[in-house]
Amino acid sequence: MSRFIRNQGWVAGLFALLIFLFVTTKLIQPGYGSGDFGSLARAVLPYAFAVAAQTVVVIAGGIDLSVAAMMALTSVTAASMMNGASEEYALFVVPFVLVLGFVLGALNGVLIVVTRAPDIVVTLATLFVLQGAALLVLGAPGGAAAEWLKASVIGTVPIPGLPDWADAWAPKALVLLVVCLCIIWIPLRRSRLGLSIYAIGSNELAAFRSGVPVARTRIIAYALSGLFAAMGGLSLTISTGIGAPIPGPYLLASVAAVVLGGVALGGGKGGLLGPIIAVFVLRLVRTDLTLLAIDPNVTAIIEGLIMVAVVMFGAFITIRGRPVGATP
Amino acid sequence: MTDIATMPQPVSFGRRIKRFMADRPLIPLIILLVILVVILQILRPGIVNERWLANTAKFAIPLAILAGCQTMTMLTGGIDLSVGTVATMSAFIMATQIVNQDPAVAFLLAMLPAVLIGLVNGIGVGVFRVHPLIMTLGTSLIGTGFLQVYQRTVIASGAKIPDFLNWLGTGVTYGFPNALLLFVPVAVLIVFMLNRTGFGRLLYAVGDNERAARLSGVRYWQVIVALYVLSSLLAGITGLLYIGLIKAPSLSLAEPLVLPSVAAAVIGGTSIFGGRGGYTGTIIGALILTVLTTLLTILQMPEGGRRILFGFIVLFVTAAYLRIVEDR
Repeated sequence: MSRFIRNQGWVAGLFALLIFLFVTTKLIQPGYGSGDFGSLARAVLPYAFAVAAQTVVVIAGGIDLSVAAMMALTSVTAASMMNGASEEYALFVVPFVLVLGFVLGALNGVLIVVTRAPDIVVTLATLFVLQGAALLVLGAPGGAAAEWLKASVIGTVPIPGLPDWADAWAPKALVLLVVCLCIIWIPLRRSRLGLSIYAIGSNELAAFRSGVPVARTRIIAYALSGLFAAMGGLSLTISTGIGAPIPGPYLLASVAAVVLGGVALGGGKGGLLGPIIAVFVLRLVRTDLTLLAIDPNVTAIIEGLIMVAVVMFGAFITIRGRPVGATP
Repeated sequence: MTDIATMPQPVSFGRRIKRFMADRPLIPLIILLVILVVILQILRPGIVNERWLANTAKFAIPLAILAGCQTMTMLTGGIDLSVGTVATMSAFIMATQIVNQDPAVAFLLAMLPAVLIGLVNGIGVGVFRVHPLIMTLGTSLIGTGFLQVYQRTVIASGAKIPDFLNWLGTGVTYGFPNALLLFVPVAVLIVFMLNRTGFGRLLYAVGDNERAARLSGVRYWQVIVALYVLSSLLAGITGLLYIGLIKAPSLSLAEPLVLPSVAAAVIGGTSIFGGRGGYTGTIIGALILTVLTTLLTILQMPEGGRRILFGFIVLFVTAAYLRIVEDR
């Protein structure tokens, strides 16, 4: 029970921080309105999916270094398939890319289970492989995205029964994000499978002795991570209109947001809500820095420093939380 | 009867090979290198001559030094992914500062970021216990940010490659590349340090069993900080050598060497989990990769394919070593 309160307390604190940042933004830029919020939601989209991908695996006690490379591969696959194709063809491309991510993620899990090598080594190797595959699919940034897909993240969703000014604060990108995450996360959290994922992350041996199919659960966790990464890749293609074979800064960002979101890097603790709020916090900091007219390159440095500091802080908390004399 | 009882258990052939490879990892590596050279000679008769040897050595040396950084950090169970950024930074700073500054001052300025990044890596890994992979990835992102800001400020002054570095990087004397003048002392130093000094022994001890090492009075964080500073310094020196070889300062100069440097150390028999390995194998690993790259270029394999291959090599070799160790 106390753990429940502590976790929810963490998320609540994070939410307060987010509100504080919004207020700060409004103070810096009095004109900050619903339109800017919409572009924030669009910018958050790929990061949020990357974080969701990382969260599932971290809760299961692992870590996925191939998240960014997986996003790059799925993004270029979608972009090159939609290039010059009809609008309806995209209806086939989207599920295909999602399945591709799911299968490749499952492959990560299978490799970890079969080779018995640590997650970090296997996903480092698949990072190389997926990066190479992305370069093979598309040598340079290019491709295209269907118009209706591009339109699906621009603008707002009219919610019946609400005045126009309230509608303006519900950008399509945010709604899309919430719907995609909820469709997968809520049933998962309530199912036996979700419980198994928490169990193997918390104590693998105890989970095994209680009859949890550890290998299968791990493979499914990685497959779900691949699925989320594929969503992230698709959202990249949709929001930029092209696919880029070079992975973005999503790996470090995802780990930082997971730590900031209250998910222990050891596994078994935390939920999806915290990391998602953490992504908004990290992005909003960037917006504020931009609004303060700081050189974009300097912004990149500050952002990197914040992320490294967050990860260091998370690691420090993990040592403190451990009983005295225990090995990492 | 007694004869049979005293006879040693028959050992299967596969097991004998496994044991042999585990005991003398260098011999199969040298055989592999020779096989690759023979294949190259068959594909392009006459390619293997004095000039080709000097050229291969020239390109293998920077890779081998960076792989030395990976070897040393891997012995403690870590990894240093910031070597590419560090090498690029010192090369770029050297090439731009030499225009107005005294060579000695330029050299010191070029080494400054290397020391700083090494220090931050060491503190993050040793004191805060962040996973080395995440930590070094983060510092390399920050370093790249600083380099971009730096590039803006010096864009007017231009860049040139000092004659000395040019001579060191590309020059050949009596058929031997001048880079050997730098590499031989560095290699001897690393091998001597790992095998004959207390510091080297500490690295193996920390990687083999960190808890035992701590309980025996090893100051973990001091060892780790010294290690990462040393690794960064070597990477900085490699950058200077590499700029003399490539002759075009850019912001992604040494980045393509990072993946192969990890692969070279893994192929050379250094365990990514720490405690096992040495530098001699790594040097042969770097040679194998350089020859393999030539081979793949002749076969016209694209960059993406090469990365996929490197990823599978890392995965396969790690899994194979795990099996061998478990077998004993």
